[in-house]
Amino acid sequence: MKIYKTMQGDEATASVAYRVNEVIAIYPITPSSGMGEWADEWASQEKPNIWGTIPSVTEMQSEGGAAGAIHGALQAGSLATTFTASQGLLLMIPNMYKIAGELTPTVFHVSARTVATHALSIFGDHSDVMATRATGFALLSSGSVQEACDFALIAQAATLESRIPFLHFFEGFRVSHEISKVEQLSDDDLRAMIDDELVLQHRMRALSPDHPVLRGTAQNPDVFFQARERANPYYAACADITQKAMDTFAELTGRQYGLYEYHGAPDAERIIIMMGSGGQTVQGTVDYLTAQGEKVGVLKVRLYRPFDVKRFVEALPATTRVIAVLDRTKEPGSAGEPLYIDCRTAIQEGIEAGWASLQRMPRIIGGRYGLSSKEFTPAMAKGVLDHLKEEKPKLHFTVGIRDDVSHTSIDYDPDFSIEADDVFRGLFYGLGSDGTVGANKNSIKIIGENTDNYAQGFFVYDSRKSGAVTVSHLRFGPREIQAPYLVDKSNFVACHQPVFLDRYDMLKSIIPGGIFLLNTPYPPDEVWQHLPQTVQAQILDKDLKFYVIDATKVARDSGMGGRINTIMQTCFFALAGVLPREEAIEQIRDSIRKTYGRKGEEVVQMNMRAVDNTLDNLFEVEIPDQADSQIGMPPPVSAEAPPFVKDVLGKMIAYEGDELPVSALPEDGTFPTGTTQWEKRNLALEIPVWEPDICIQCGKCAFVCPHGVIRPKAYDPKYLEGAPETFKSADARDRSWQGLKFTIQVAPEDCTGCELCVDVCPVRSKSEARKKALNMTSQPPLREQESKNWDFFLGIPDLDRRQINVSRIRQQQVQRPLFEFSGACAGCGETAYVKLISQLFGDRIVAANATGCSSIYGGNLPTTPWSQNEDGRGPAWSNSLFEDNAEFGLGFRLSIDKQKQFASELLKRLSGVVGDELAHAILTAEQQDEADIFEQRERVALLKEKLQASDAQEARQLLSVADMLVKKSVWIIGGDGWAYDIGFGGLDHVLAVGRDVNILVLDTEVYSNTGGQMSKATPLGAVAKFAASGKPSLKKDLGLIAMTYGNVYVASVAIGARDEHTLRAFLEAEAYQGPSLIIAYSHCIAHGISMATGLQQQKAAVDSGQWLLYRYNPDLVVEGKNPLSLDSRAPKMPVLQYLNMQNRFRMLLQSKPERAKKLFKQAQEAVEARWGLYEYLADREV
Amino acid sequence: MDLTTNYLGMTLRTPLVPSASSLSEDVDNIKRMEDAGAAAVVLYSLFEEQIRFESRELNHYLSYHTDSFAEALSFFPQLEDVLIGPEGYLEHIRKAKEAVDIPIIASLNGTTVGGWTNYAKQMEDAGADALELNIYYIPTEMDLTGQEIEQNYIDIVRAVKSSVQVPVAVKISPFFSGMANMARRLDEAGADALVLFNRFYQPDIDLETLEVHPNVLLSTPRGPLAMRVPMRWIAILYKRVQADLAATSGIHQAEDVLKMLMVGANVTMLCSVLFQQGIGQIRAIEQNLIQWMEEHEYESVQQMQGSLSQINSPDPTAFERAQYMRAIKEYLLRHPELG
Repeated sequence: MKIYKTMQGDEATASVAYRVNEVIAIYPITPSSGMGEWADEWASQEKPNIWGTIPSVTEMQSEGGAAGAIHGALQAGSLATTFTASQGLLLMIPNMYKIAGELTPTVFHVSARTVATHALSIFGDHSDVMATRATGFALLSSGSVQEACDFALIAQAATLESRIPFLHFFEGFRVSHEISKVEQLSDDDLRAMIDDELVLQHRMRALSPDHPVLRGTAQNPDVFFQARERANPYYAACADITQKAMDTFAELTGRQYGLYEYHGAPDAERIIIMMGSGGQTVQGTVDYLTAQGEKVGVLKVRLYRPFDVKRFVEALPATTRVIAVLDRTKEPGSAGEPLYIDCRTAIQEGIEAGWASLQRMPRIIGGRYGLSSKEFTPAMAKGVLDHLKEEKPKLHFTVGIRDDVSHTSIDYDPDFSIEADDVFRGLFYGLGSDGTVGANKNSIKIIGENTDNYAQGFFVYDSRKSGAVTVSHLRFGPREIQAPYLVDKSNFVACHQPVFLDRYDMLKSIIPGGIFLLNTPYPPDEVWQHLPQTVQAQILDKDLKFYVIDATKVARDSGMGGRINTIMQTCFFALAGVLPREEAIEQIRDSIRKTYGRKGEEVVQMNMRAVDNTLDNLFEVEIPDQADSQIGMPPPVSAEAPPFVKDVLGKMIAYEGDELPVSALPEDGTFPTGTTQWEKRNLALEIPVWEPDICIQCGKCAFVCPHGVIRPKAYDPKYLEGAPETFKSADARDRSWQGLKFTIQVAPEDCTGCELCVDVCPVRSKSEARKKALNMTSQPPLREQESKNWDFFLGIPDLDRRQINVSRIRQQQVQRPLFEFSGACAGCGETAYVKLISQLFGDRIVAANATGCSSIYGGNLPTTPWSQNEDGRGPAWSNSLFEDNAEFGLGFRLSIDKQKQFASELLKRLSGVVGDELAHAILTAEQQDEADIFEQRERVALLKEKLQASDAQEARQLLSVADMLVKKSVWIIGGDGWAYDIGFGGLDHVLAVGRDVNILVLDTEVYSNTGGQMSKATPLGAVAKFAASGKPSLKKDLGLIAMTYGNVYVASVAIGARDEHTLRAFLEAEAYQGPSLIIAYSHCIAHGISMATGLQQQKAAVDSGQWLLYRYNPDLVVEGKNPLSLDSRAPKMPVLQYLNMQNRFRMLLQSKPERAKKLFKQAQEAVEARWGLYEYLADREV
Repeated sequence: MDLTTNYLGMTLRTPLVPSASSLSEDVDNIKRMEDAGAAAVVLYSLFEEQIRFESRELNHYLSYHTDSFAEALSFFPQLEDVLIGPEGYLEHIRKAKEAVDIPIIASLNGTTVGGWTNYAKQMEDAGADALELNIYYIPTEMDLTGQEIEQNYIDIVRAVKSSVQVPVAVKISPFFSGMANMARRLDEAGADALVLFNRFYQPDIDLETLEVHPNVLLSTPRGPLAMRVPMRWIAILYKRVQADLAATSGIHQAEDVLKMLMVGANVTMLCSVLFQQGIGQIRAIEQNLIQWMEEHEYESVQQMQGSLSQINSPDPTAFERAQYMRAIKEYLLRHPELG
């Protein structure tokens, strides 16, 4: 009996890979992390493979490590696999050569992802896979969730027989994250495909002292070549073996695949050749066009390596006249992209060999499409086929973009669609926090697994972590859905958040007569007047059915808080007609029991109440006949924004980035800084409001603000002239600021409402204790007024930095943050540290940022938070990779120092020209504080002025490096995944090199950006992915390791525990003329905490001794002092009390109470032991 | 010396029973209690609100920020077996029963009738020898009358009694206008014992932070006030209700136990003293109890039980308000400096 399940491509693939392997070594990287996580979960649930043993799953420190471990596991005789993508796959390449060279059967499953070039991209294309095509691995391409599942097994069968290792790949996100109804492969299917005899042979070849051999020799010119050719017969046999496996598979399942599958008119003249999911798109388009008599076809390449030329050319119809080979990759400077070149070569060879039914060489052109998950639609496919009709088609073209620079792009009709009328196509706009995606995944399961319908779901997420918008694309229909592209002709649109109405053109793609469902606070008879005019017009023009519900109220009344998921899901089922209404509601109830049963009856009941309350509150709107609204769609960015921000970034903000032509984008990935200020996201429902009479002007609120939205300023009273009526000020309380005015101002439209400022505020009203100096207040009524106040506030000049005592928070905080309004999670525990360095040293920072959360909120388009001061100075920032960040930053230092040295040399030589006094002053400047640096800048400005006048070569050279004579501060920033794991080797080396770099480790104790995988910074007992039973080992003591060098400044800080300690450590680290390492406790979503309590968590971590505050300053040794200063007090809070505050620990008490108690006891002992050690180190005589 | 006493239909070796506290969260502590001579153990309370809260909380944090950002669609592994709800507590009852021979009295603290009955039945099924209902309720609603509040207590007791076979004790606070009447109504509703009295955790104020904090205050041996209130009411209720009477609050030493037994308590419950002096203190109290009884030639606990209750007291008015002035006069006589 066929069993169908709805699942994502990654789960479908992993479910096979897990059951046919014994050892799995992985490392998290988007979008492949899910496969490893599934494997780890199944292992922790003790699910066996087909031989009855539970596979061993190990998380490694990098993909290079994972590949090494797999290589070893294979050599030692196990069946082993790994999952990866992109940069991760590139790190595996050296081992892949070895594994293939040794003819070792294995399958690597790859959710193919863009390799970072001018920018990082987490999305899908074939650039990573193409980088491995010389390794000797077989490359097998699947193009749908079902194929990913099936090919995972076919590849395993083929590798065992052929001994050629396989790389099984499918597009990241498009296939790995699409949910689809797929036929399951049973254990019996797997057993039928895997020949145990071959498994035994693999084991027999293993390294074993009981039958010892030697592998991995070094060979010389005499034999290496011959030995390399020795493996040829294995490659020659591989294609046959793979096709045989496909045939066996077809007998088992009825699904027949071919290495090169032709689909289309038997007498086709125009053919597209391609790999991956796009093949399905073309196939659908070809079906549509051949029905209209067009002679077109598609050849889907499944086995790309080893390339079977004979089978390939035999698959082409004899009538083929012109071919477009589509590559989902770009190989700059090549004669053509790889598939194109291979196809061209193969066809030529095939014709020459007489294998092909083709008599003469067809015209062949190559095209690029779909880089970084760029949509590839039937309209584009038709565009390509139409282009093939042209007399002189472009030899190398692109499709899907508008290339107005090199004019490679071809035209297509975007309105062309092949969507069938009997397929439901829905678009759902939601916020990440409202549960829309979860509910839609649930609906897909309900329809996919309880009806005869086929189902497909694909989800588009935001690039920001706070206030993230999600768009769900759902299809349901009576036939298998082969549409690997977004829904663009929808018959149902649901807007789950009323704020989207004037932001996104949601009804652009809805078809006439479609259904529009809106969550709105307005009743059906009032809602019309609150719609933007464009929305009204589209409802009228397209004759839509329009329904409303106040889901937010229903959710609140049902005890669901802000999660409207179940309510909107119920509305969808009630309106969409995919299932009869009663049946649908019952299915939802069933699914609630299944989904939430494990989380307790309370949660089940709350969802059941929501279902009950929904239908009574869902109303059809009687549509008036006039689109008379005065509400327009405001521009995405302010009118004052610079042209690039308006014309380019603004388009991206408005979801119109696909329409930008090639010329709009920078050629080398360089972007202006300070662009978040133009994007007003209005995320906060409530913002802090300042009470000047209560405030003691301590500056703590601004210090901890993760988003740079609450700012103090001290200024001359004269600047208050012309202040808006509601602008608040008080006399500055700081003694050195006597006579100045003081204001704390909030950026109302940039605030995320995280509440950390209110939490940290230390004062309360003497007559009304619940009132602090900051109090959260509803944002909408304040928005306009406070926006004016904010603008006025920005216009008041900053206090001269030379007047600021930076060692005192209340003064230091008036320094302007040059890191503002990032897209980090509301209440992020990292960004306050990042903002602090931008305030203290921002005008001279060059920052190297490891890939991770900080590179995403720091550098993900459309707008970026690193900013500039009024002089146009500010941090210059770049992200290289994940693993190399310390080295990347060291490179900055080496380069800056070299240029400074060169500048000094030139200056000495040109001293006579520019003036000895000036040259001497510049060369001997200490530059130890703001005043020094200010003066040096003035001197260098004078120097440059003088140099401008000279045409001498040396003067021009000096002019180009003169700025390096002003102190530059190199910061190397990254998370614990980088510093403790993948980048540790580099970090260690950079510390050892001893140059003046400042390393900031934002320690969330887990891989935050990829979704909570364990790192070596994860504490004992914490539940994380790959540590579902609680991490059994202690957190690595990175600071202690660094201290052993003796010449490294090391500090461990926690802003929520002692803010002044953090400030002091940052100042000392930067001042230290050698490597500095700051390890900063960063609370995180992945801790399972309310982010509003982040600072309390930090304090508890220190009070319990789980996190120590210390500074290790090598300069003190010179003074004969102990370099280590232990700055936190002896632990006074039981560790258990701290652990109980966070769900990452508490979960273990709920899942494995006995183990939790044991680990938590060990945690207490470890804290005491570590405290003892540090106390000893800090107290000892030096 | 015969220290046996009857409580909740069980014959206990002594009247010394550790009351509900976090000490009994650890099965090893329960073993230690038995080793130190505890006659039975009341387990820590299962809080209905806590279960509801934990269920919501876990759901919230497991789903918080999920499906929002493409790289991190979730943050935690999916846990198959999460002990949300009473399962953890029920498992604890089972383990306690396996570990010791003395009776295990499960304790349930709740607010809704539905929650009580459901969990009570499960506790019985898990092996609890008896139940103690801890009605820990601070009625702050301005519309709620005393009558309604009292009726809620009665409804809870009735509901639980009708759903379980094992005996049920009811732990209440002294804050009733008609304490005696309330005791009788609970008695009539089927309470097998009344546990007098609950000590609410009263909040305190932190003057530095101007914040209100819950603050657990343990009773102290030198502040015997805590035991005076239950002592008075046990004396008054003895033989006036059918339910057994358990004394709790402020019992630290053998003398306290003796006084409670004499006013009519079936058992005396120990808590603060075990936190302060360790579980082994049960043994010391028992030894002092025996010593006192031998010195004063008592034969058994049952002999002295109720001997100084109101109905048996040589001066029944001593337990009533009329004695207020006399108490003050006597105090002034002992402390002339205050006069």
